[in-house]
Amino acid sequence: MLKIWSMKQQQQQAENAEGGAGKKKKKVTAAQLRVQRDLQELTLGTTMKMTFPNPDDILNFVLVISPDEGMYKGGHFNFSFNVNQNFPHDPPKVKCTQKIYHPNIDLEGNVCLNILREDWKPVLNLNAVIVGLQFLFLEPNASDPLNKEAAEDLRTNREGFKRNVRSAMQGGMVRGVKFEDVLR
Amino acid sequence: MVEINQTLRWKHLYNVLSRPGPFSDEDWVPGPETISALESSKILVIGAGGLGCEILKNLALSGFKDIHVIDMDTIDISNLNRQFLFRQSDIGKPKAEVAAAFVEKRVKGVKITPYVGKIQDKDEDYYMQFKIVVCGLDSIEARRWINSTLVSMVDFENPESLKPLIDGGTEGFKGQARVILPTLSSCIECQLDMHAPRPAVPLCTIATIPRQPQHCIEWAHQIAWQEQRKDDTFDSDDLEHIGWIYNAALERSKQFQIPGVTFQMTQGVVKNIIPAIASTNAVIAAATTSEALKIATACNPYLENYMMYAGEEGVYTYTFEAEKKPDCPVCGNLARKMTVDPNMTLEAFIETLGERPEAQLKKPSMRTEEKTLYQRFPPQLEEQTRPNLKLKLRDLIEDGQEIAVSDPAYTIDFRYRLDFS
Repeated sequence: MLKIWSMKQQQQQAENAEGGAGKKKKKVTAAQLRVQRDLQELTLGTTMKMTFPNPDDILNFVLVISPDEGMYKGGHFNFSFNVNQNFPHDPPKVKCTQKIYHPNIDLEGNVCLNILREDWKPVLNLNAVIVGLQFLFLEPNASDPLNKEAAEDLRTNREGFKRNVRSAMQGGMVRGVKFEDVLR
Repeated sequence: MVEINQTLRWKHLYNVLSRPGPFSDEDWVPGPETISALESSKILVIGAGGLGCEILKNLALSGFKDIHVIDMDTIDISNLNRQFLFRQSDIGKPKAEVAAAFVEKRVKGVKITPYVGKIQDKDEDYYMQFKIVVCGLDSIEARRWINSTLVSMVDFENPESLKPLIDGGTEGFKGQARVILPTLSSCIECQLDMHAPRPAVPLCTIATIPRQPQHCIEWAHQIAWQEQRKDDTFDSDDLEHIGWIYNAALERSKQFQIPGVTFQMTQGVVKNIIPAIASTNAVIAAATTSEALKIATACNPYLENYMMYAGEEGVYTYTFEAEKKPDCPVCGNLARKMTVDPNMTLEAFIETLGERPEAQLKKPSMRTEEKTLYQRFPPQLEEQTRPNLKLKLRDLIEDGQEIAVSDPAYTIDFRYRLDFS
């Protein structure tokens, strides 16, 4: 034990740190610090907006994606982000809060994006997730379906799929399901 | 009779502690002083499960006399094959209490103080009383918490505030033991990237093309529950809930003609259970407790600092020194003390940061544990926190509070403890 402490003292002399002493108040957690950094490094562009229902809680927020090209152009899609204290070991939990017609998003709002589950790594950041989400609207992917019907439409009848997307985005019915108006 | 047994019990331990060995330090003093130092060392064991049972038994038999143990769990029937301090009649009782009573009964003279609850219930004053902390945990979150607590407790003026953390972990036939000297050596947060991520199946496979019985269970757990029982919060310990998942999974497995869904498998998948191997626990617990003995007595050099054990194919171990990460969010940049005028506005304070010698922070974002003080990006959050700039520090933070500062110009973050002048 004594040996360990003399190591400490040597290290400290070398650094001449002005370290904190005594009891401390609650520390900013590693997850909060990482999110603070990730937020600062985001590139949102004009198609994305974020809102923080409670600005003091940066672990919970909403992202609105408004694609300016592709089949989903003109829509505003809301995603809730929930980051837990185990971030970045755990990925953020992301859900679409509207009922939308998309092959990779089911009617409950679950999103099939590899980096949100099986391919998540702590070196990835929030920007990677946001870019991934935006990509889903530019290139919906029929080979990883979460909404099977939508995926089938996309695969077999691209024009029909586009029409379905338009009417779903206006709050219409597609295959007997009523969707939410995302054109606002 | 008892007297003789007791003497015999410690004979070999006293041999080790009463004479210098080939690896003991030149200035080490063997003998009664070292033995009493060991016996008076207060040691904390976190977790009284598979590893914890072994650790408690080993520490008691290594001469530690004042042991504390924390565990929030109760005993389940499935624990009994390896958690040998528990009997069938103990099912439902708190692990910490039963384990403590059992070891106290078997090893005379040792005092074990249990605490049933979460490690987060306790504050720095509690952790300060121990000399060493040994972890036998199954959760990364709990490891990160105790690690950051011990790092932040280190006070440069008080040698006693540095608490060596000995961490054991097992998963099936694999395991690891590591010694962490908070702020001095690589910490748990530094090594976070080394944890293998939980294996996950793509959600679309689960939703559309299940191939394995586990996929059907995941479907029931992640998709069917949400669709049909949205209002119930899923509890993996509730038998009715598990039963529901099992039936839903079974139904789906029939639909896709996938055999093999069982109740036990359902429990395993939902609770993310990895089969525990008793001998792996024994190996790892032995490694952690011999480190505790060596650190408490200085009789031999301790592990520097990571030992991995792989038992799947034969027996393989490898020891290496994990390095401290300079940008570690926990131990990379310890809080620096700064004295500030509480009547200064946040805006003026931010300006002073731009003149700090260690880092000219030109575009900092900063927060306390509960408050976002100022965040430059994204724009919506900047707008929401901008009014804080005009407020005085006294209205935003408390005397002695810690703030964390990030700046795009640096890959590391900074922590400051602000003391009011």
